[in-house]
Amino acid sequence: MISLPVTYSLCLVLFFIGLYGIVTKKNAVKIIISIIIMENSVNLFLLLVGYRKDGIAPIMTEGMSVEKFVSGAVDPLTQAMVLTSIVIGLSVVALMVAIAIRIYERFNTFDVSEIKDLKG
Amino acid sequence: MTLLPLIVLIPLAAAFIVALLDFIKDDFTRELAMDIVSGISILSALIISIVLFGNYGTYAMAGWKFPVGIILVLDGFSAPVLVITNFVALMCLLFSYDYIKKYGAKEKYYALFLLMLAGMNGVIVTGDIFNLYVFLEIASVASYALVGYGTQREEIEATFKYLVLSSIGTSFMLLGIGLVYAHTANLNMAYISEILASSGVSAGQAPASIYLAAVLFIVGFSVKAAIVPFHAWLPDAHPSAPAPISAMLSGVLIKTIGIYAFIRVTYIMLGMNTGVVPQVLRIFGSLSIMIGVLLALGQWDFKRLLAYHSVSQMGYIALGFGLATPLGIIGGLYHLLNHSVFKSLLFLNSGAVDYRLNTRNLKKMGGLSEKMPVTGTTSMIASLSIAGIPPFNGFWSKLVIVIAAIQAGHPLLAIWAIIGSILTLASFVKVQRYAFIGKIKDSLKNIKEATALMQVPMIILALACILMGLILVPSIREVILDPAAKILLDPSKYIELVRGAAG
Repeated sequence: MISLPVTYSLCLVLFFIGLYGIVTKKNAVKIIISIIIMENSVNLFLLLVGYRKDGIAPIMTEGMSVEKFVSGAVDPLTQAMVLTSIVIGLSVVALMVAIAIRIYERFNTFDVSEIKDLKG
Repeated sequence: MTLLPLIVLIPLAAAFIVALLDFIKDDFTRELAMDIVSGISILSALIISIVLFGNYGTYAMAGWKFPVGIILVLDGFSAPVLVITNFVALMCLLFSYDYIKKYGAKEKYYALFLLMLAGMNGVIVTGDIFNLYVFLEIASVASYALVGYGTQREEIEATFKYLVLSSIGTSFMLLGIGLVYAHTANLNMAYISEILASSGVSAGQAPASIYLAAVLFIVGFSVKAAIVPFHAWLPDAHPSAPAPISAMLSGVLIKTIGIYAFIRVTYIMLGMNTGVVPQVLRIFGSLSIMIGVLLALGQWDFKRLLAYHSVSQMGYIALGFGLATPLGIIGGLYHLLNHSVFKSLLFLNSGAVDYRLNTRNLKKMGGLSEKMPVTGTTSMIASLSIAGIPPFNGFWSKLVIVIAAIQAGHPLLAIWAIIGSILTLASFVKVQRYAFIGKIKDSLKNIKEATALMQVPMIILALACILMGLILVPSIREVILDPAAKILLDPSKYIELVRGAAG
């Protein structure tokens, strides 16, 4: 079992890998993948915030006492937040991919450094 | 207060109803039905926002009480922003009726438009930080699609740039929300504010994660508000959208999901209304004022010039709020309301010109006032307003900001703001000189005035430009602007409001 601070920092590393990709990559598809990595690192962070060691799923089963649930279950709210954020992320990515297809139609390239009609 | 959720629900429901109206086969009936549904929904949202004005309180969604459930809050800061958002949206929608015919696919346009409005109304009234994020994403996703609505080369490029930069901003916000949640274990803004106040945030005693969250929020919301140095997407994205959408984006979107959410989260939720955060706002604001206007001076594309002025005017708003004195906040909020009106009017003017001439290049225009008197006159009023010429509304709000800057002990910022205003005037003299005043060009002899349906919103907004100067009259100011200053400088009033209504 890796200790919690290490997992948090790995999460941060993942975030910066995404940010690095967005800043340095020239290919539109690679930029989209970098954004997905960054969004998922944030989701992972939210899950970690609600996690407790040896936690159980936050589902009230029959015969489970309230005390056991409260002392054992991980935070369900962060899981709900991550679920929402995944759905939002999906819609943004779907839109981005659609735009990327249009970019290829209009410019015949995915290289964003060659796409510069707008300036000034 | 049972009316409060309707302000989000009506546009949200109407968005899907409009999209479903596509089944009507007859072109005329279908378009009429869409026009009526979208028009009525925004009109009712506007009426509700006016009815609720001054009637501050909360509404607990689905009966879940504070601090567990999502609470909608109407306070002194959100009420005026809510009214102006729905007002500008109604004007832009009226303008769209004729304008959007040249793009086609009306049902998708209206659906996205209403979705964007629902998202913005949600951001304004929500009292829950994660709910704010969700509504902000709804408004953003709709705006991404609307910026690329024409799907031509420029529009696609601008959308992609906007999408990537905005996604970084929203990821930062979500990370900030996670950090705040890790410390407070609650998402209600009033409750978070209470916990953080007791842990001594303003005295610098809170855990480091809260300050990291503050930095993340500042970056995230500054991207949305397009304040320098996070403005790079705006001059591309706003001109590429259809004109009524440019008016919505520049007029209200960057304010509600940008500066409004910025102030709401940092000043009220984190309680950082003194010290570093206002200082950062002042620095960003003064940079925006100058950089925006200097870049605008050299533009020949009408809409691009206006977009750069949005950056500059956002600087005034940020500067006003950043002074963090009662007068400064009044000035910032007042300029926010005024800028919504005159900037959306200017974008509608550019749309009317574009509709008849099919160009945005100022060099190809000339003497348009002769053939398009309504567009010419209203654009003149809006230009004088934005340049800060009395007696139009822009003058009064800039005056308040300048006086507030001197009072707060920043005379240099006051001079800086005045220089920015003079440069704004220079840039709009250029617009008027090249596009509207003077002798009409021979090639433009045959153009006509914009359609009647496009003239109406321009005239109403121009009248608003003149009348909104009256807001500064003390008895009106006390109702509209003062409550915001009180609540922003003392978050405990906000907590009281939320707690008191929840019993």
